[in-house]
Amino acid sequence: MTSPLEQKIRIAGPSIITANRTFDGAVIYRNASQGWSTDLSEAAIVRTVAEARALLAESVADDIGAVGAYIAPVEINDGGNIKPGNLREQIRQRGVTIELPVLA
Amino acid sequence: MYAYDELDRTLINERVEEFRDQVKRRLSGELTEDEFKMLRLQNGVYLQLHAYMFRVAIPYGTLSSQQLRRLAHVARRYDRGYGHFTTRQNIQFNWIKLAELPDALAALAEVGIHSMQTSGNNTRNVTSDRWAGVAPGEIEDPRIWSELLRQYTTLHPEFSFLPRKFKFAITASAHDRAAIKIHDIGLRLHKNAQGETGFEVLVGGGLGRTPFIAKTIKPFVHGRDLLSYVEAILRVYNQYGRRDNIYKARIKILVHELGIEKFAAEVEEEWRAMGDSALTLDDAVIEEVRSRFSYPIYEKLPHMPEELKKAARDPVFERWRRHSVFTHKVQGYAIVTLSLKPVGGPPGDATADQMDAIADLADKYSFGEIRVGHEQNLALPHVAKGDLPALFKALDKVGLATPNVNLISDIIACPGLDYCSLANARSIPIAQELTRRFANHDTAELIGRLHINISGCINACGHHHVGHIGILGVEKNGEEFYQITIGGRADESAELGVLIGPAVPFGEVADVVEDIVEAYLALRERPEELFVDTVKRLGVEPFRERVYATR
Amino acid sequence: MPLVKNGKIVTDIFVNVPDGVELPGDGAVLVSAARFLEDQEALLRRPGQFGVIWPNNRDVDDLVPWLDRLAVVALVFPSFRDGRAYSQARLLRERHGYDGELRATGQVLRDQFMFMLRAGFDALEAKKQSDVEAFTVTAKRYSVFYQPTGDGRLTALNRRLQQRHSESAAGE
Repeated sequence: MTSPLEQKIRIAGPSIITANRTFDGAVIYRNASQGWSTDLSEAAIVRTVAEARALLAESVADDIGAVGAYIAPVEINDGGNIKPGNLREQIRQRGVTIELPVLA
Repeated sequence: MYAYDELDRTLINERVEEFRDQVKRRLSGELTEDEFKMLRLQNGVYLQLHAYMFRVAIPYGTLSSQQLRRLAHVARRYDRGYGHFTTRQNIQFNWIKLAELPDALAALAEVGIHSMQTSGNNTRNVTSDRWAGVAPGEIEDPRIWSELLRQYTTLHPEFSFLPRKFKFAITASAHDRAAIKIHDIGLRLHKNAQGETGFEVLVGGGLGRTPFIAKTIKPFVHGRDLLSYVEAILRVYNQYGRRDNIYKARIKILVHELGIEKFAAEVEEEWRAMGDSALTLDDAVIEEVRSRFSYPIYEKLPHMPEELKKAARDPVFERWRRHSVFTHKVQGYAIVTLSLKPVGGPPGDATADQMDAIADLADKYSFGEIRVGHEQNLALPHVAKGDLPALFKALDKVGLATPNVNLISDIIACPGLDYCSLANARSIPIAQELTRRFANHDTAELIGRLHINISGCINACGHHHVGHIGILGVEKNGEEFYQITIGGRADESAELGVLIGPAVPFGEVADVVEDIVEAYLALRERPEELFVDTVKRLGVEPFRERVYATR
Repeated sequence: MPLVKNGKIVTDIFVNVPDGVELPGDGAVLVSAARFLEDQEALLRRPGQFGVIWPNNRDVDDLVPWLDRLAVVALVFPSFRDGRAYSQARLLRERHGYDGELRATGQVLRDQFMFMLRAGFDALEAKKQSDVEAFTVTAKRYSVFYQPTGDGRLTALNRRLQQRHSESAAGE
């Protein structure tokens, strides 16, 4: 299995690093202070392959805290807010698109 | 119902303690994720989009009420109050925390439930006919053999690291409700001319990227040789199955590349070399397992009890009965299917409250036993016919009496992109919209038996290849698109569906299905001709024309 | 690499000699299958114990004629996910009666120890020192086994049958 660092990195626009938190599986985003946040607005943005590679390496090195880190596209809207860049990331950020059978 | 004894329970508990230690070593960093992944998969723990997913085994789809209550407890205490029943008779929880998993497993172990080998490259749940032991005309209860296989395959030291996953299914009826032809090993229980029990053994079935219908490798393997013969197959696969490409690693590829004759010869050679095997089952051993299956003590009941006669005048009850109640091998009893496909709901889910309610109803009306079907519905296998009206009322109260079993809105769907990190597209909203379009029960009855299967990606967990209508989610330029196939079947006449045309976008899938149904209603020879038979008779062309005329 | 043999942590006396490197005059050595098959007789005549590292993608049949003259057969787990050596181990022990040291090498974690022992390995070259140290605890983890292998452990089915016989005998 190739590590994400060995795979070819492509950046099509502003991107972030995201993963799942090891102890509970929650969606997390790599921030700019060598840590993770569950809030997408705190994610560090990378715009070049070099930046992405560096942030990914740092993320992957945190094997205890996070699982499965990868690069995900985002959109920055007019207000400067970070939005998920595809449906998959939308679902990860907001949750399932259907009503859960039981209200939490 | 199989009664676990101290040995079975000890093994489960030992496994829980091992996993507890593995989780501890993972969270402390002593195990890397790369080392841990395989270990957690062997305990049914996936990492999905939002959270871990935990898949619990329900061996051959049989549960006791006590066990179902414990699943409800796990749903409440460790998850978000519901569970999802799968196309392999298992149950999945979608929001479990890794750190809490050992406790959840310990709670399940207390009632003889485990999650061993529900994932990973090993031998998975041995599934069977959801009506095993109660279906009329069944040769003998296939679950005895499923249990023998379950024990044989659990923590097998030689076969825990196969090239890829390995799935078994067993049927003992002429009509195959276990879909054995789409399994890695399919077993058809039958008797030889001497009246001895044995199996037609099929290999190499499976869906996914390269779907195959299983081929017969041996028409009759005597019951006593079942395990040794299976060992021969697994040993050949373990050694020669491809490990260079995960998309070519299932046994179906090996069978295809060698050809069935050569593959059969390899297995036969290995089996002969095994000689007098310690795996040969003698009567004493088979009886030992059989003796730990308990069966209800049925009463002598009338074929048509008064309560039923009266209730038949109620059209709402009658409609439910028509679709949910099936003939039992014992007079006066019935098999009742509980639809987990409410209009607008996600297929196959049950809340903790519903699970508790079903457990109570099982105690009251079904000798404490529940069945899980691969079509993602549940069943109460031993209901006295006189109890049907009361049971219906109770089920209706908790939303488990939708009269759509085997109809168009009884949809099989994988979790899809809402949950699953492998998916390309969502499947549940498609299923929900379809149940809304076909919510009218008269219409659904008019259409008749029609199985829709939806998969959110090519891994085909929704079994779309063998759906009468199959729907496969794909991604095109960041948008969700769906390929539609028709004419598939999963039973003894198993066949793969045929693509009707180019993929259609998310918003059009329900319209396409409506068009297909309209075409069917116009083209069928008579109302009793099932959709899938009309497709067989006429081919795909008339449906393709109808659907793509305006697209 | 840390080695557990017959349940004890031991020093590995075998030297793994790479292809192309001359063998020491005596002492215990392990060589690759390729090297061995080039000149088995000459290698076996050498003083000192001799073992072969057999790859997991090759039938053990080619090794069978030499088994009774080998001190060690080392099988390989190139990844912990690759289970071919379990089949090789069982065939060597149970079908071909090999009773020298059967060693597991490569990616060996404590979580596979039990499977390996049951498959017939009696020497485990573990990846991590901490795993080797956990050997005793790990080997005691399971007491119930469902399927028979060459390790002689009674299966659950057999234990139940025995129990039944002793119960009915007691009842007489």
